[in-house]
Amino acid sequence: MDKMISRSNQREVRGIENNTKQFSETIPDSVFKKFFLEVYSLTIFTLRFFKEVIKPPYEFNEVIKQSFIIGYKSLSLVGITGFIIGLVLTIQSRPTLVKFGAVSLLPAMVAVSIIREIGPAITALIFAGKVGSGIGAELASMNVTEQIDAMSVSGTNPFKYLVVTRVFSATLMLPLLVVFADTIGLLGSFVGINLKDKVSAYLFFSQVFQSLGFNDLFPAFIKTFFFGFAIGLIGSYKGYNSNKGTEGVGKAANSAVVFGSLMVFIIDMIAVQITSLFQS
Amino acid sequence: MAANTSSIKIEHNKNQNNSVVVEMEHLKKSFGNNHVLHDINLVIHKGENLVILGKSGTGKSVLIKCIVGLIDLDEGKLVILGQNISELNDKELIEIRKKIGFLFQSAALYDSMTVRENLEFPLRRQMNPVPKETIDSLVKEALQNVGLADAIDMKPSELSGGMRKRLGLARTLILKPEIMLYDEPTTGLDPITSKEICSLILQVQEIYNTSSIIITHDIECAKLIANRIIVMVDGKCAAEGSYADLENSSDTLVRSFFE
Repeated sequence: MDKMISRSNQREVRGIENNTKQFSETIPDSVFKKFFLEVYSLTIFTLRFFKEVIKPPYEFNEVIKQSFIIGYKSLSLVGITGFIIGLVLTIQSRPTLVKFGAVSLLPAMVAVSIIREIGPAITALIFAGKVGSGIGAELASMNVTEQIDAMSVSGTNPFKYLVVTRVFSATLMLPLLVVFADTIGLLGSFVGINLKDKVSAYLFFSQVFQSLGFNDLFPAFIKTFFFGFAIGLIGSYKGYNSNKGTEGVGKAANSAVVFGSLMVFIIDMIAVQITSLFQS
Repeated sequence: MAANTSSIKIEHNKNQNNSVVVEMEHLKKSFGNNHVLHDINLVIHKGENLVILGKSGTGKSVLIKCIVGLIDLDEGKLVILGQNISELNDKELIEIRKKIGFLFQSAALYDSMTVRENLEFPLRRQMNPVPKETIDSLVKEALQNVGLADAIDMKPSELSGGMRKRLGLARTLILKPEIMLYDEPTTGLDPITSKEICSLILQVQEIYNTSSIIITHDIECAKLIANRIIVMVDGKCAAEGSYADLENSSDTLVRSFFE
C-alpha cells in the first residue's frame, strides 16, 4: 500500500486530486470543508515543490527563461509604478511636514517608508497582478488543452518543468524587482522634492542613507523572497489544478491574483511582527 | 511516406505477428460512483491496428489514458511490452512511456513553442545529449513525413486543424514509439483531411511496424485502418471482430455503429 501511494505521488498525474479525495472522505460535510480541502491540497502541493526542487535533474535553462519573462519583462511596469509612488508620496507628505517645520526630514521619511513597506508591498501586489495571474492562466490553459498530459506522456515531469521553475524564478526575481522599484522610487522622491525646493542629489541621498539602517534594509529585503514564493506558488497551484474548460482558466487567473495579494498582506503582517520582536 | 492509401491497406495485414505488446486483464476504473471501466480484457499484438468504437462517455479515452499511466487503475492487470504497469516505479514508467506515443484529440501542441521547438522538445528531454545537427535532421525528417516541412518556424496557432493533427503525430513519432495511441484522430476534420490522417496512421504501421489503438467515431476511418475492432458499451467490450464481422453482427446495438 505504501509503495502504491509513493508511486502515485511520484507520477505526474497530479496525485493531489487522489490525496484530496481520500482526505475529503474522512471529514464530514461542513461550510469549512472546502476551505480545509483547499489548505490541505495547497500544503501537499507545497511539499511536492520542496521535494522536486532538490531532486535532479535541474531545469536550469527553463529557470533562466522564466526569470527573463518574470523579471526582465516586469521592469518597466515596476519602474514606472515605483517612480510615481516616490513622487506622489513626497508631494503628499510635504505639506504636513511643513506644518511642523520638519520639511528637512522629508527625504528620510520617504526613504524609510519606501524601503520598509511601500516599495516591497506595492511591487509585490503589482507582481501578483502581472506574474501571478500570468502563471495561473498559462498553466490552466495548458491543463485545458492537455499540454500538461502531453508532457507527462513524453517522459517529462511537468511539475518540475512548469511549476518548480516558475516558483523558483518568482522567488528570485521579486527581490530584485523590489530593489529596482525602491531605487526608482527614491529618484521619484528626489524629483518631487525639487518641484518645490532646491535640494542637490548629494544632499538628498546623504540624508536617505543616513536614515536607513540594517534593521530597515534586511527585513524588508528578506520578506520579498517570501512574497515572490507565495505569488509563484499560488499562481502555479491555481493553474495546475484548474478545472477543465475555459471558465477554469479565468477562475485560475482571478484566484491567483486574489489569493496571491492576500498572502502578500498576511506575510507582511507576520514579517512586521517578527521584525518588531528583534527591534524592541 | 508518400504511398497511396489503398496499396498500404492491402499490405498492412502482413505486418502483424503473434507477439503481444499490450495485455489487459479485468481492468476496472471508477470516478466516485461513476464506474467507467468494467472488467476489460484485451490483448493487442505487434503491428496490429485496433480500433475502439463506442458512444461518448463509455470509457474509451480513460482506457488509453490508463495504458500510458495518466490515470491509475483501480483493479486489474495491465502489461505493456512485458511489464506490469502497476508495479513500475517512476523511472521505469518513464522508460515505458518513451516507447508509447499518444496523439491527443486536440493534438496538445505547446502553444508557446514553434513547430520546430515542439518537435525538439521530446528529443531534448528523452535522448542523451545529441548534437544539434542530429536533432535538426530528425526534426526535418519528421516534418517531411507529415508534409509540414514549410511550417517549421510557425507557431501552432497559425496552423489549421489538419496541420495541427499532423504536427501532433510528427511530435509523437519522432521518438519512434512501439505502441501508438490515437484519441479521435479525425474528429473535427473535413473528409479529405481525415483520409490524409488515416493514410498517415497506415503508413506509421507499415513503416515502423507499430501497434496502435485508435479511438474513433469515424466509421470510414475505422474501415480503412482497422485490423480488428472493439465496440465498447458502458465500460465493457460488447463486441470484437473485423469490420465485416461487426457490420453483420446480430446485435442491433453493435450493428447500429456501422449504419
